[in-house]
Amino acid sequence: MDLAELYQLLGTTLRLATPLLFACLAGLFSERAGIFDIGLEGKMLAAAFASAAVGAYAGLPPLADPFPGQLSGWGLGWPAALLAVLAGIGASVLMALLHGFASITLRGNQLISGVAINFLAAGATVLIGVTLFNLGGQTPNLPDVSRFKEITLPLAETLRGIPLVGPFYADVISGQNLLVYVGLATVPLTWWILFRTRFGLRLRAVGENPGAVDTAGINVARQRYAAVILCGVLCGLGGCYLSMATAAAGFGDEMTAGRGFIALAALIFAKWRPWYALSACLLFGLLEAISAKYQSLDIGLFEIPVQFMQALPYILTVVILAGFVGKAIPPKAGGVPYVKER
Amino acid sequence: MKKSLPTWADVVLIPAINVFLAFFVAGLVVLFIGEDPIRAMGIMIQGSLGSSYGIGYTLFYATNFIFTGLAVAVAFHASIFNIGGEGQAGVAGVGVALVCLTVDQTHWLLALPLAIMGGAVFGAGWAAIPAWLQAKRGSHIVITTIMFNYIAAALIIYLLNNYLKVPGAMALETRGFAEGAQIPAMHEIASWFGASISRTPMNISFFLALLASFLVWLLIWRSRIGYEIRAFGFSEKAAVYAGIKPVKIIMIAMLLSGALAGLMAINTVMGSEKRLVLDSVLGAGFVGIAVALMGRSHPIGVILAALLFGVLYQGGAELAFEIPSIPSQMILTIQALVILFTGSLENMVRFPLEKLFLRLNRGTA
Repeated sequence: MDLAELYQLLGTTLRLATPLLFACLAGLFSERAGIFDIGLEGKMLAAAFASAAVGAYAGLPPLADPFPGQLSGWGLGWPAALLAVLAGIGASVLMALLHGFASITLRGNQLISGVAINFLAAGATVLIGVTLFNLGGQTPNLPDVSRFKEITLPLAETLRGIPLVGPFYADVISGQNLLVYVGLATVPLTWWILFRTRFGLRLRAVGENPGAVDTAGINVARQRYAAVILCGVLCGLGGCYLSMATAAAGFGDEMTAGRGFIALAALIFAKWRPWYALSACLLFGLLEAISAKYQSLDIGLFEIPVQFMQALPYILTVVILAGFVGKAIPPKAGGVPYVKER
Repeated sequence: MKKSLPTWADVVLIPAINVFLAFFVAGLVVLFIGEDPIRAMGIMIQGSLGSSYGIGYTLFYATNFIFTGLAVAVAFHASIFNIGGEGQAGVAGVGVALVCLTVDQTHWLLALPLAIMGGAVFGAGWAAIPAWLQAKRGSHIVITTIMFNYIAAALIIYLLNNYLKVPGAMALETRGFAEGAQIPAMHEIASWFGASISRTPMNISFFLALLASFLVWLLIWRSRIGYEIRAFGFSEKAAVYAGIKPVKIIMIAMLLSGALAGLMAINTVMGSEKRLVLDSVLGAGFVGIAVALMGRSHPIGVILAALLFGVLYQGGAELAFEIPSIPSQMILTIQALVILFTGSLENMVRFPLEKLFLRLNRGTA
């Protein structure tokens, strides 16, 4: 493998890691506040659909005389992408609020609620998609205005001449789409919110000892709702990424393809910490990039089958959960509804 | 602790209201799509129960759901949430296929018990690792079973691709089982008695599912270990104080759960496909969650809920055929609504009802 090939692989890694990163940080907010969320997958899927649907309407040109099955859009310019992202976030937040209502207000089982949300998204996206577009559950191909395209960072070509670093900057760091950079920026932001603000301290506290937080006069339910909504916003961005920033350029049935669960795995792998989450998502992104590029990996002694690479994130997570290599301890009050004492 | 609700309200009224709510919302969805919910329901019922063909398919699906529903239910009694039915049933399919491929030159009366053992052992085996990790290392079983679903999917593709598929063939499936491992289909059984019904994939495993339900009932409510499982599920602390060993209970409940999920493979791999295909489970493992919730983890409830989901799956397929604007994902949506209303939103009905009964009781007292 030469350097160019390696950098290409790393660039792909970054692109594949970004949706995982959004979902992983989303789960981080929710679970740090004591709300287990196995519905990341469903929220991403809902967002991917909503953003693709709105992106198609807003971005496609209006037609004077559309024949049946052809979509006459609103022909907006750049606001199309913005509207699409807002729609994606909106759909995801709605799902998140449903999860919050079930698990905070009604004190229901958070895991069951997550399962329900995943199925609801899988079913409803196709149902609504068929009703709106009649394309077997897909959305029309998104026009360029409703998509995130590669951005070339300044000086990328000028600096290319520098050995090692130059091509790395030009091929890996530069030439990604806007959401990749937003995703990367979300990591320090998440860290700062969680560990350097009063809001973050309270958020972590309701995940560890809600009783103490309540005693201090802070509204546990409101704090948890805030976390759940933040989770929805980030899952929404992850979903938008899938439909608006990848080659798919639109929505397809079950297009999250288990990414919500890989993100969940990354979250555990990262032991619920933001910077670790970035590394975990990059690692899982790299595994996905490798298994997409090579059918099987020959490492001299024996061949690693591609299925093993695909299963590796899950295997690693189980190993970490088992505590053989550093124990992953979830937030203490995770999954437990808070009942105010009377 | 005084019970705030009479038993009949707890066992019948609340589930009934919740299921009604789920279907009411599903009806609204159909309205939103611009179709007539009453007509849709008519097509579903006609398609699933209106002919021996429809009934055969309905009961074929229901057989799967009874097994996976029982699997989730048994684990629920120990207050364990086994999301891994999908993976356990998939791996069990490999076990059933291995047995069938080995003994299919004999007779199905020999092949069936061996295949049952194969399916149960492989299913239980796939549940054993998450169970052991939960019991010994405290790893959250929901997460590990989800992970094991994905690991199972990769493993099955690998096994089919490298060892099990017909050499040289493109399709990821084993060779068909020979006569000796083909269990009787329902239309064959009917013909023994001189009756004639349509050819459907429904087979003898349906009776196996009913038998399994009875055995689960015996185990949970009429045996010592069942009592221990329920006690553990009710309060782990109290159970430990009473000398019940958590490791033992978790292992037994999960092994049983995995074995039950695994038995589903008898119906699909051995009964209907007569070979191991790539996607032999097709989401039935997840339907088991809805079935167990709706059936309140009781075998009779599980059977009824499984029948309802059988109607939904068969009727939904007919519906998608009759009204193309209602695709089969409608069923997935209904499934989600059932899980939502009977599972996580259950208290939406329970809290007001408890208040109501409290007021009524006060009035009479």
